[in-house]
Amino acid sequence: MSKLFDAEVVVNKKISEKSNILILKPLEEVPLPKPGQFYMLGVNDLCEPLLKRPFSFFKYNKRGIHILFSVRGKGTKIMREFNTGMRVRVIGPLGNGYKMPSENDKPLFIAGGTGIASIYSLVSSINKKVCLIYGASCMEELLLINDIKKLCVNAFICTDDGSVGLRGTVVEVLKRRMMSDIRFKDFNVMYACGPKPMLKALAEIAYKYNIKGYISLEERMACGFGSCLGCAVETKDGYKMVCKDGPVFPIEQILWR
Amino acid sequence: MVLSVNISKLVLKNPVMTASGTFGYAEEFSGFIDISKLGAIVCKGISLKPMEGNPPPRIYETPCGMLNSIGLQNIGIDNFLNEKLSKLKKYSTKFIVNILGNTIDEYVELAKRLEDSGVDGIELNVSCPNVKKGGLLFGSDKKILSRLIQSVRRVVKNAILITKLPPDIFHIKDLAKIAEDYGSDAVTLVNTVPAMAIDIWTRRPQLSNIIGGLSGPAIKPIAVKIVWDVSKVVKIPIIGVGGILNYKDAVEYLLAGATAIQVGTANFLNPGVTIEVIEGIKTYMRENRVKDVKDLIGAVQCKVDK
Repeated sequence: MSKLFDAEVVVNKKISEKSNILILKPLEEVPLPKPGQFYMLGVNDLCEPLLKRPFSFFKYNKRGIHILFSVRGKGTKIMREFNTGMRVRVIGPLGNGYKMPSENDKPLFIAGGTGIASIYSLVSSINKKVCLIYGASCMEELLLINDIKKLCVNAFICTDDGSVGLRGTVVEVLKRRMMSDIRFKDFNVMYACGPKPMLKALAEIAYKYNIKGYISLEERMACGFGSCLGCAVETKDGYKMVCKDGPVFPIEQILWR
Repeated sequence: MVLSVNISKLVLKNPVMTASGTFGYAEEFSGFIDISKLGAIVCKGISLKPMEGNPPPRIYETPCGMLNSIGLQNIGIDNFLNEKLSKLKKYSTKFIVNILGNTIDEYVELAKRLEDSGVDGIELNVSCPNVKKGGLLFGSDKKILSRLIQSVRRVVKNAILITKLPPDIFHIKDLAKIAEDYGSDAVTLVNTVPAMAIDIWTRRPQLSNIIGGLSGPAIKPIAVKIVWDVSKVVKIPIIGVGGILNYKDAVEYLLAGATAIQVGTANFLNPGVTIEVIEGIKTYMRENRVKDVKDLIGAVQCKVDK
């Protein structure tokens, strides 16, 4: 069940050159989100920009809904200037969320860039420590890194420029490990969130090694609750809506064009 | 305070309707608002066969507006009648079904089946910019439009028949006149404005369909003028639509000459907006001592008209 509600900005903290952590306290009782769900956030109450923006939450607690965002365009630029005490309009929680790994599963978690937010919500709801591959463009954009390391037995950190951790993308790291690291033979399911080319490459790896997978997708979205039909993604069963049928899909269901 | 308005013989409890394609089949909104409070619901456009819609990307945000090229994705008339109709009938509001065909015969068949199923109204979509066949063709050719309306009118007896027209600023008066002359009970003005946006870095269109329909506040002044223009040449009621975000926009359309209004894109940003518009109109009427909402229709005072 999702709801339209007002929330108060309680924290809006710059954590890197491009990224912020935003904490929104709902001003009324709202449903609890499941890992992988998201919120539509109104950046102002003018009509410019017109649409709300979709954001995964990475944590939900007494302080409120924790959102991680990087400045990309008009909306996030405005969000960066949010002051504490401000009110924003929110719709959520939305979408299906992740199918949690079962007792017998050996899951591998993979995040690229701000995709860490969605993966964090999942990893932090699992009772045992996990194995994670996390990549970003450079050291500064490795977000939530200290928090998420605490939740991992093994954290393979990588950066495109090699400024910290392994050099290369998460896809390159995974490919190398699948061939050389015996521990990687055990994984039977992957959970991933990140840019589309990353997810596409992971789909090929999952197929090659016969691993199940669940990925969280992004698409341009006007409403977030299944009304505008704008966020279509092509699947083996025809078009599905990222907002309602997703954002999490079985990796083998997506048709990559 | 009187809020009810008549669209031909159909009595709406208030002038606030939803615009086709922005309110799904209503159930998407049942968790957000009391749907029975609406004047009428207009459902997503229905075709004979299910349509899967256009490939992504289907939408693109523009200043004070958005482009869409959904491509009339819908479940088709059979699924609509079997799965959605009974749910819609539960709401104590009027419901109108928007229809789209590739040929006149298809429109007639759709209209007949909906008439037989007891819908309150049928809205002819003759102006969708996003499908190659049909759609816009009917709304831009006067002869075809007149034949279409005449043919559908013959099978629609109990439901009211509405024609939704494109924002064709040069021919809109003629098109509306045709709608009236050939049997439409009302016209909806206007559908989205055909529009385009290009990514200058990739040099590709922002939509996979290349072009889309522009909606939102960006088109409101254009649509308000069209309503005003048409109100001077037809006697049938006008349903105004385009960029209504709040009660002020709604009242503006009424003053321009609309009998009722449809809220479209605003449903995406605020699923509770329709109820806020209804409440806002009430407050406006109270504060401005308007006893009957019908007194606002066409009440704009233009010195040039003296």
